[in-house]
Amino acid sequence: MRVLTAAIAVAIGLLVLAGYFVPALAGIQSMLLGWAMILAGAAALLGVFNLISVHGEKFLRREKGTLYSALLIVSLFATFIFALFLRPDHAAIQLLVNGIILPSEAALMGILTVTLLYAAIRLLRQRVDVMSVVFLATVLLILLGSATLLPFGEVPLFGNILRPWVNNVLSVGGARGILIGVALGTLTTGLRVLFAIDRPYGGK
Amino acid sequence: MIELIVIAAAGFLLLLFTFLRRKTPARLRPIPALTRLYRVIGLSVEDGTRLHASLGRGSLLNPRSGATLAALSMLRYLAERTSVSDEPPVATSGDPVLSLLTQDTLKAGYEASGGGDLYLPTTGRLSGLTPFSYAAGAMSVVRDENVSANVLMGNFGAEVALLVESAERVDVPTLGGSDDLSAQAILYAAAQEPLIGEELFAASAYLDAGPAHTASLSVQDVLRWTLIVILLAGAVLKLAGMF
Repeated sequence: MRVLTAAIAVAIGLLVLAGYFVPALAGIQSMLLGWAMILAGAAALLGVFNLISVHGEKFLRREKGTLYSALLIVSLFATFIFALFLRPDHAAIQLLVNGIILPSEAALMGILTVTLLYAAIRLLRQRVDVMSVVFLATVLLILLGSATLLPFGEVPLFGNILRPWVNNVLSVGGARGILIGVALGTLTTGLRVLFAIDRPYGGK
Repeated sequence: MIELIVIAAAGFLLLLFTFLRRKTPARLRPIPALTRLYRVIGLSVEDGTRLHASLGRGSLLNPRSGATLAALSMLRYLAERTSVSDEPPVATSGDPVLSLLTQDTLKAGYEASGGGDLYLPTTGRLSGLTPFSYAAGAMSVVRDENVSANVLMGNFGAEVALLVESAERVDVPTLGGSDDLSAQAILYAAAQEPLIGEELFAASAYLDAGPAHTASLSVQDVLRWTLIVILLAGAVLKLAGMF
């Protein structure tokens, strides 16, 4: 069974890859990607079942955070039932999304800002080395370059010379270097999957 | 055409180096984050705590899937090594397909270590479908489930800062790597042991996943040097006005 799974995965992987280079295979590639999309949709449903089973188990075992698990399950079912009967574009469902989900995500975004600031402050306590100092100095330089010195406009030297130079020369060069490394890593990881050396779909 | 040549050359080199690596093991430079990972795996088994691996929210249907596949390789190793622990490792993700693969990888790791019957499907979890809901779901695992180390590898965005911060609050060390530049910057500032750039893809080779994984590093080195030579040659030709 595991050999069959690997053979199917490798064959489909090769067909999709070949579709980029052989125009005759583009149709098959498109069809296979369409199937993958449908499977991803089905996986979303399974993911929701997984969420229910994890939090249901937490609730039944009275583990830490039981109240939140119960709240999640009740909210999930309530949203599902309301959306099923009222349709997702109904004003009440829109109110639910705009009144609860969006403010919650916005609040997390706000916390994220503070967290990032705190992480920058904590950096030198965590690691005192040259790269950490360079990192913090760059952060300060970019912040100064982006700030406005009221009523004079941008901070001289930082806003018009240093920040654009760091942004357009140093950081672009560094980012390209990192991205080339990531691309090479992605290439070899993909090849390992194509050769069935790595089998994330199971197998010993 | 160039892409096809690069892929074919990389594939040939990968097979060649895998064959060679079976005979002569590679010598790898130390990466502090991965040395620490060895230690935290041992500690979690000994003191009966669990590891939390978070694989990000990278889909397998986009070009960012490389980091996700690398993270799954690492998870497989973690599952094999810690399945005998009193507290099994928990893996969270923010993508439904990845969540299924996470469960399958955990199960395969348990089976490979002979503990297939100990596997619990609820240890591979989908913690949320949007970046922040994913982070919120994973944060509660770090806080509430007796976690001794937090391993973040895969495709993350800025929300990774929330995960690191929640681990920091309960004094749990975080090792992290991502293919996303903003997440890398955040992990560099916030995580105790960050992985920079392609180090994420090297993790499985450092964790003794097999000769093909160390061969991958050699292939990456060959390709990297080739690119460096091409870039330098291009610059010289440009300076000389020939290009």
